[in-house]
Amino acid sequence: MTEISAADAAVPVVLAVNGTEHRVAVEPRKTLADALREDCGLTGTHLGCEHGVCGACTVLADGEPVRSCLLFAVQAHGAEIRTVEGLAAADGTLHPLQEAFWRHHGLQCGFCTPGFLMLSAGVLESRPDIGDDELREALSSNLCRCTGYQTIVEAVQSVRDAAEA
Amino acid sequence: MSWVGRSLRRVEDPTLLRGAGMFVGDIAGAAAARFVRSPVASGQIRAVRGPAYTIADLDADGVGSIEAVLHRPDYVRLAQPLLARGWVRYVGEPVAVVVGDSAAAAEDLAEQVELDIEPLPAAVGLEAALAADAPLVHPEESPSNVMVAGEMATPGLAEALEDAHAVVELEVVSGRQAALPLEARGSHATPERFGGRTTLHASIQAPHMVRTVICDLLGMPEADLRVVAPDVGGAFGQKLPLAREDAVVVWLSRRLGRPVAWIEDRSENLMASWHSREQRYRLRAGFDADARLEALQADVVANVGAWPCYPITWGVEPLMALAELPGPYKLEHYGVRARAVASHTCPMSPYRGVSRPAITLALERLMDVAAARQSIDPAEIRRRNLQSDFPHTSPTGLRHDDGTYREAMELAVSHVDLGAFRARQRAARAAGGPQPGIGICTFSERTGYGTPAFAARAMGVTPGYENVELSMDPSGYVTARIGASPHGQGLVTALSQITADELGTDPSRVRVVASDTDRTPYGWGSFASRAMVLAGGATYLAAQRLAAQIAELAAEVLEAAAEDIVLADGRATVAGTSVGMDIAELARIAHHHTQRLPEGTQPGLSVQAGYDPAGTFSNACHVAEVEVDPDTGGVAVRRFVVAEDAGRLINPMIADGQIRGGVAQGIANALLEEVVYDEDGNILTTSLMDYLPPTVAEIPDIEILHLETLSDATVTGAKGLGEGGTIGAPAAVLGAVNDALSHLGVELNQMPATPERVRAAVRAAAGAAPAAHAAGAASP
Repeated sequence: MTEISAADAAVPVVLAVNGTEHRVAVEPRKTLADALREDCGLTGTHLGCEHGVCGACTVLADGEPVRSCLLFAVQAHGAEIRTVEGLAAADGTLHPLQEAFWRHHGLQCGFCTPGFLMLSAGVLESRPDIGDDELREALSSNLCRCTGYQTIVEAVQSVRDAAEA
Repeated sequence: MSWVGRSLRRVEDPTLLRGAGMFVGDIAGAAAARFVRSPVASGQIRAVRGPAYTIADLDADGVGSIEAVLHRPDYVRLAQPLLARGWVRYVGEPVAVVVGDSAAAAEDLAEQVELDIEPLPAAVGLEAALAADAPLVHPEESPSNVMVAGEMATPGLAEALEDAHAVVELEVVSGRQAALPLEARGSHATPERFGGRTTLHASIQAPHMVRTVICDLLGMPEADLRVVAPDVGGAFGQKLPLAREDAVVVWLSRRLGRPVAWIEDRSENLMASWHSREQRYRLRAGFDADARLEALQADVVANVGAWPCYPITWGVEPLMALAELPGPYKLEHYGVRARAVASHTCPMSPYRGVSRPAITLALERLMDVAAARQSIDPAEIRRRNLQSDFPHTSPTGLRHDDGTYREAMELAVSHVDLGAFRARQRAARAAGGPQPGIGICTFSERTGYGTPAFAARAMGVTPGYENVELSMDPSGYVTARIGASPHGQGLVTALSQITADELGTDPSRVRVVASDTDRTPYGWGSFASRAMVLAGGATYLAAQRLAAQIAELAAEVLEAAAEDIVLADGRATVAGTSVGMDIAELARIAHHHTQRLPEGTQPGLSVQAGYDPAGTFSNACHVAEVEVDPDTGGVAVRRFVVAEDAGRLINPMIADGQIRGGVAQGIANALLEEVVYDEDGNILTTSLMDYLPPTVAEIPDIEILHLETLSDATVTGAKGLGEGGTIGAPAAVLGAVNDALSHLGVELNQMPATPERVRAAVRAAAGAAPAAHAAGAASP
């Protein structure tokens, strides 16, 4: 029988997600992704590999895209977390990136979509005038198995270009 | 105005864009199952110790074994237990299962389970499994590892090969690959507290088929199991066969009387879900003096792993190769032997394209090599050999309906401007450094086939038809209940377009219900590029019937003849007059005022239609432009053109999405993706740092050109196209890699063409006799 050590006991963490404080008790080994999904009920953040490659679990932490499967929930204590559920406006109006992914057919099965949306949001917020090559490089952080990427790139470019205009 | 043919935005998307989809891992409130898997490729189980369920527990409950059957004399029949019994046959085979209150707790429990297994010699690769003294995977059932062997030859083959002007021999190899849906597999079973029914949510492609087989295994009436495929995060064939884990999850939930879920992790998915594509082709082909293919003899072997997949069996790859190898070409004399070879590796299942990426790679390499030997252009040899008279019956009896095999190639080739490319290539060769190459791939894609095609395979169950139930409610909205099970293909949107056209209503008034056995008619799900043709055809036929019912109702109410009623813009109108009424108003009458209708009129508005066609062939030409660095072996795809004919496009935006996604997978199949085992059968590629799906950095924009041949093989005129991108891209890319290095005498006929393999081919060519350097492809 594995010994339960003090380190495994749940610890209180405050997760500020999409402007709402979630006071949760999590084991130190619990990832931010699992805490978001299981303790905050926010299942829009998806898990595709749990080893930091696919990026389906990408969320914004203090404005930076991060792999929530590679962060422990306790590390996110005090950070401002944003997930796909917080992207649309309070009245339900889709975020321009969501609209653009819809218009450009930037999703098929939709599993990678929350990660790509949050990655794109983080990139465009920090670099609204990012060039095409650098944008492509940034988007190569995440995997999509359905679209072949072209329509995802076009969707993000269209939002960048509309904001510049 | 027609809705069909318009790129409507998908109705599926807003939910997914908000992160509000429901994938199986999103369903809370279940205990977690964790499978304990074999760490060795082959061995005898001496004991399983710890807090786990094993095959003994399933046996005690009378749970049955899976029998994936082909009714052929050469097929080895096996009964596959849901957990390993006695022996393990591949790394990752499930031996035991534990249940914890959370996924983490279940993982902790699994670590306490001790598998005491005596390792035995393993047959891992194709050659090892075929060797005369190979360790046998199923020694009690079969004296060799060949599990099914198909063979055929047309009369006169040997003479035709003997008399041929030129004979080309070629070996082409496809590496083992994984479909890799971004959401791995998973299931969640909930027993009802009272009443004895159970609900299974699972990430699958064919819910009705899964219901049937699980009920057979567990001895349940089908009425007591509801199977739902919620949002499914990609599948590509990997979620078509029964996952034995899903059956175990249903058994556990009923035994424990509580919801139980299994959510596969990525390394399990890469190790123990299904693999595909490990094949070797040996071709011997005779050409006449004009480079026309006269005779083709092939030996095909597929490494199909340790167990067959249900219900497709492990015959699917080799027997598809047997039937479809002649491809889009004119060919009179054909002979083939195709064998499924078992090994101590993960079982195979269909993956997007199934055998056709490898078939096409073999055939297109053959064309390129033959063209080079006879000093003609790769486009010209195809021009001379492509089928152009339709309908055409292949040497294996497949009927090819109308297509544009040559036209698609001419379109793609003229679009890339081959002459300008060759000029660039000559300059690059003079300058040295990275070398451009171009590859052409022409192929036809058998799609949209129903019962007749599956019956010819003699499977234990015969899939095929699709049924659709269509009804209009009192508000005038339409609900289509379908047997297909879409998971990203946009089928809901496309079917609403078809329905709207036939009923003269708006697509926004159409709802499509799918993927729930309690709410849909029995059907075969979504696979084999079939849903648009089969479910689309059934929807089209049902909508015509419903339109006729509405017209009769309108004729009664409007006192006109039914044949004079026109349904358009939401109204039923008497042709040539202004007399009419809203369809919604008629729907009210059909449900709420049946006293106004003649005695004997069926109340309500509902119809059913089935569709079960023989099948059709799409066709396409892919052209890839690559840049190869001979010093590093690195390959970059610079340009990719697709000229595609899939008949009538119901929603062109969705069709283009299918093509682009398929091509991306095909490019990665050609260059990056390979499941690797060591010689002991340990799998070396269990993370996405070792198994390499492409990122946006490896995939160029894909230029798509459409042809639309309206064949009479389907009622909508639509042909399937879900697999075509993946089928054509590997051959186009490999062709381009070979073209780039042809001046060095390189011939590389193996995918994936990793940098290591490209370098090995460059080194081999440099070490070969100087004469070989003259054998490169001709440049026009």
